[in-house]
Amino acid sequence: MIRAALLGLLLLLAPAVRAEELVAGLSQDNIGITARFDGSEILIYGAVKRDAPIPFGPPLHVIVTIEGPSAPVTIRRKSREAGIWINTDSVAVASAPSFYAVATTGGLANILSTEEDERQRISLPLAMRSFAGPLRVDDTRPFTEALLRIRKAQGLYTVNERGVRLVEGTLFRADFTLPANLVEGDYKARIFLTRAGKVIDMHQAAIQVRKVGLERWVFALLRENPVLYGLLSLALAVAAGWAASAAFRMIRS
Amino acid sequence: MQIYLPIAEVSINAYLLLGLGGVVGLLSGLFGVGGGFLITPLLFFIGIPPVVAVATGSNQVVASSVSGVLAHLKRKAVDIPMGLVLLAGGMIGSGLGIWLFNALSARGQIDLVVQLAYVVFLGLVGLLMLQEGVRALRRSSRGRPPQRRQHSWIQRLPFKVKFRVSGLYISVIPPIMVGLVVGLLAAVMGVGGGFIMVPAMIYLLGMPTKVVIGTSLFQIIFVSAFTTMLHAITNQSVDVVLALLLILGGVVGAQIGSRLGNRLNAEQLRILLALLVLAVCAKLTADLLLRPVELYSLYSGVRP
Repeated sequence: MIRAALLGLLLLLAPAVRAEELVAGLSQDNIGITARFDGSEILIYGAVKRDAPIPFGPPLHVIVTIEGPSAPVTIRRKSREAGIWINTDSVAVASAPSFYAVATTGGLANILSTEEDERQRISLPLAMRSFAGPLRVDDTRPFTEALLRIRKAQGLYTVNERGVRLVEGTLFRADFTLPANLVEGDYKARIFLTRAGKVIDMHQAAIQVRKVGLERWVFALLRENPVLYGLLSLALAVAAGWAASAAFRMIRS
Repeated sequence: MQIYLPIAEVSINAYLLLGLGGVVGLLSGLFGVGGGFLITPLLFFIGIPPVVAVATGSNQVVASSVSGVLAHLKRKAVDIPMGLVLLAGGMIGSGLGIWLFNALSARGQIDLVVQLAYVVFLGLVGLLMLQEGVRALRRSSRGRPPQRRQHSWIQRLPFKVKFRVSGLYISVIPPIMVGLVVGLLAAVMGVGGGFIMVPAMIYLLGMPTKVVIGTSLFQIIFVSAFTTMLHAITNQSVDVVLALLLILGGVVGAQIGSRLGNRLNAEQLRILLALLVLAVCAKLTADLLLRPVELYSLYSGVRP
């Protein structure tokens, strides 16, 4: 009797079972940067799990984001002083992702409410965190816009509305191209399921981007033993200079 | 063939880097300049981060200078005692220069100071050399041998030493001073300083042009090696893969350059170098005066 009552209580306390649940996977969760690395492709796929038929109402949408490791960035603006263009104003952003890609099934403004966007930090301007240090400019907006513009031009920030294909409101896939100028670190993939601007389920997965082989070795040596690294670089330079000189002498004689 | 550079963290076409190294090496062998003032802006232009470009550029300058100096040694066109005296001044100068660099960075605007220094010195040196070259070319076409200028106050200084290869008997004070000033400028501007050293040796010390190039390369080896080590240790930005590709192109270029230089006469060589220096100066002046396409620029980290 008591056991039955406890079971009933537990059932009442348990979270309501969601009508639609997200199941997702990645084509690869480990990207190795080798000497021949020239960008990479990653496929994020999944399905919507339901116990009941598709509910009526506004259509289902999917948003997929991939975010690279964050780092502080200083944005500087040039202005004309005494006839020459020099850096005058600057704004420091405490943390901006080194890479950020968003793919959706529709226009972000239509499928995601502003409140949800702010809560989950999905759209590009919200992916950046607060400013660092004292602000010396009145309007920071042109600076953050410039950061987005420059990184977009470098292929580091992308927004692809309709980059996710949703089939029969159940199966979806999103293809991402990672550029050649990728920074190593822990990347994060997030998948959001939205209906009427509300996020109804979310899934998160990690992607590791690491230098491997020769790249790893060179990078590690410079970090761990810069003096040896510097001497090796110099030895290489002197040897190459001497070898070229000797080779040319042999050709001529 | 794309290759991923481990320190610069970008993927670049390997043949482009080989070609770039080759062109700079050619100029290095031809004119006795390290090529730092060319390789750094060029690397920046193809998308290498500036810090890596400066540091790796100095490593490649070591290689092309070694290659060039060996070719000049073969022709006995290196005045080693003079090179050592210049180097002694140069080391004191770079020490002062690094101190000045840090003092200026603390106040911000180091970029502007460096850029202005480039414009002023490249412009001055280029115009001076062009004027002298044209004058000498006219003189030699009239059949009179060019006379070597020697300032009388330089002749009166103490500590005179005989520099056999240069055919000079002068005090060590002027070469030390030249080395010091060039070393100071080189450290602030982040280059080997060959483009200032070469004209200073010709016009201030009165050394023959043929010897100047080899001797300049000789002292640049040590200055650049010092800079490379400093960059590797302090900001860890020397990319050895990038350097290797530039070096492979550069050493071959330097050999071709120093042999080509043998065929051209000294006056023509001087005019060519003057034009090159003026072209770089014009580009930098335009960058300062014209409205840039992108007013904003990004720097990693929180900076003043």
